[in-house]
Amino acid sequence: MSNWDRFLDSFFNARVAAEYLPKIIEGFWLTILLAACIILAGVAAGLALAVLRSLGIRVLNWAIIFVVDLFRALPPLVIIALLYFGLPAAGLSLSGFAAAWLALSLVLMAFTEEIFWAGITAVPKGQWEAARSTGLGFLDTFTLVVLPQAVRMVIPPLTNRTIAITKGTALASVVAVQEILGAAQAGVSFSFNPTPLTLGAVAYLVLFLPVVILGRWVETRFAWKR
Amino acid sequence: MPAQRGAIVEARGIHKHFGGLHVLKGVDLAVRERELVFVIGPSGSGKSTLLRCLNRLEEPSDGSITVDGIDMLDRRTDINKARQRIGMVFQSFNLYPHMTALGNVALALRRVQGMSRAAAEAKARQALERVHLADRSGHYPGQLSGGQQQRVAIARAIALEPRVMLFDEPTSALDPELVGGVLAAMRELRESGMTMVVVSHEMGFARAAADRVVFMDGGRIVEEGPPEAIFGNPQQERTRAFIGQITRH
Amino acid sequence: MTFDDFLQAFFSVEILQQAWPILWAGLLNTLLLSVVVVPLGFIGGLVLALLGTVHSRWVRWPLIAWVDLFRSLPPLVLLVFVYAGLPFAGLEVNALTAVAIGFFLNTGAYYGEILRAGIESVPRGQVEAARCTGLTTAQAMLHVVLPQAVRNVLPDLISNTLEVVKLTSIASVVAMPELLFQARQAQSVTYNATPIMAAAVIYFILLWPVVRLLSRLENRQLAGRR
Ligand SMILES: Nc1ncnc2c1ncn2[C@@H]1O[C@H](COP(=O)(O)OP(=O)(O)O)[C@@H](O)[C@H]1O
Ligand SMILES: [Mg+2]
Repeated sequence: MSNWDRFLDSFFNARVAAEYLPKIIEGFWLTILLAACIILAGVAAGLALAVLRSLGIRVLNWAIIFVVDLFRALPPLVIIALLYFGLPAAGLSLSGFAAAWLALSLVLMAFTEEIFWAGITAVPKGQWEAARSTGLGFLDTFTLVVLPQAVRMVIPPLTNRTIAITKGTALASVVAVQEILGAAQAGVSFSFNPTPLTLGAVAYLVLFLPVVILGRWVETRFAWKR
Repeated sequence: MPAQRGAIVEARGIHKHFGGLHVLKGVDLAVRERELVFVIGPSGSGKSTLLRCLNRLEEPSDGSITVDGIDMLDRRTDINKARQRIGMVFQSFNLYPHMTALGNVALALRRVQGMSRAAAEAKARQALERVHLADRSGHYPGQLSGGQQQRVAIARAIALEPRVMLFDEPTSALDPELVGGVLAAMRELRESGMTMVVVSHEMGFARAAADRVVFMDGGRIVEEGPPEAIFGNPQQERTRAFIGQITRH
Repeated sequence: MTFDDFLQAFFSVEILQQAWPILWAGLLNTLLLSVVVVPLGFIGGLVLALLGTVHSRWVRWPLIAWVDLFRSLPPLVLLVFVYAGLPFAGLEVNALTAVAIGFFLNTGAYYGEILRAGIESVPRGQVEAARCTGLTTAQAMLHVVLPQAVRNVLPDLISNTLEVVKLTSIASVVAMPELLFQARQAQSVTYNATPIMAAAVIYFILLWPVVRLLSRLENRQLAGRR
């Protein structure tokens, strides 16, 4: 067998591919489910924190800033390990899925808060003053005038950050979640053939390549006029 | 046609296309040593493009250009060497914001002429003195007024001891009160014997300092002559209309 | 579970003393790993960004494909692919090499995008002015464009570097004895969560100043973009 044949037999083995494709597809849906849960929880929590922060309550703001800094500084895998391997010591067991979801949601929350907050503060004071001078209350000014401008500003960085964190779903394989990478690794160890990894890589490309290209588009679409 | 005697810049039959846009339609321009040629014309008439062809920032589509005896369009010409003989000053200054005034002037002396740091800085200081900015040599562009920035840009060009200086609307981006300082620096440069091609609408300066005024329109030279003739008694209808427009206010 | 139990499970001084030598070795390896992969990724990115200035579709499109490919694959997937996959192709790689290759491909693509944006942010007149004084294209790039490009995207560069340092924690998956791996080892022999908690605290102490700095830079940047 030539080297090339051996290579094909290893990485593009049709028999192995056929055998493990269903597992990878299951993993594919699980990855999407996990990603969707993370995005929903993370963005909602981050936005909520940003709104809370705009109330300007000093002690609360310090707490928010600390939490945000904490989850920006810690590696996601460390948080996952802490939740999955550490919490049982406190008599609390999380499933791998729950641990990965919670950890990545917290990370996304932190980045989302930071980005939204920067967007809110970037809206000029004059906008607040103009709206308040026409008799709008704090809440109306915030939701009708300030937030829409902030949202537009934060869409490119938020999109990129969300994509990056969502790719972190692969970390769930470390805590035995059979998402794409987990399913692929299991496949490799059963079949002694790396084709499941090839399938896994393709599955990630199918999932994320369109998203990355979309991110590129978003960046130019919402580009700043210089 | 033999090369004009004493012509230091000789451009012949210059054409320039940008895609389908024909911007220069056969321009001939000869500049004698120590001459100051003033170029005027409506916006979009191709003045900048002509200047940028002279030092090959733009590649002419057709024609020939010699500067100080060097064939600028010959592939064998070392364009980076040749460009050192042609100083250029831009409307937007284009100073390097991450370098001090001194650093801006010294960069090419060190990197292209291979001078030591000390020698380059000494020479840069001299150039800054010539534009009366020796006391600003440690300032960054952001710390200088527009007029000062433009004078640093002039120093950056003259430090390389060019044979010709090209100015593309050097005062158009300046507040009115800052124009004078830049024009004064240009005047002194002229008095030192520098050959200059100046695109500008500063008519007062043209009357006082120009040897010849060239009027461009639609990618061609429509009319040229001494300042008194062009401003006082233009022969072409288009020149008359343009002069009328810019002298009305 | 009492509060004392909780302290004993997560903040045991005794366990910390036992585990400290192991954690310390892990910390050193994490730093060492960062010192290897950050410059590697940066250089890779620089090459990509410089290639991006070539105006030829034969360079441009392969370049975009390359960058988007490696931004689409989760870093852990790349790492596992290199570490567990390449041996099947007859290429035995040790953990450090696998990490270096994986990071080079992944973080190089990110640094590349950032530096490309930086180069594009430098006005064309800068190169023209430099070329007018006789500088070559390469000299103009080195002395005039790159310093400004780097400065213009400095927050993004720092932010990416922070992510890369955090990302070194995934090397634990291929048994690199970095901080997280060592903490997990210590945890599994002591049956106590203190080592992982300690690793998290170390990461936080190490990276918090960077997060603070970034938060300031980013606020300023967004405000300046209006
Ligand atoms: N790089 C370019 N690409 C396409 N068109 C250009 C470019 N530079 C100049 N032009 C066009 O060439 C014409 C002449 O421009 P320019 O030389 O700048 O005129 P002027 O300096 O007299 O105002 C204009 O119509 C302008 O839009
Ligand atoms: Mg012009």
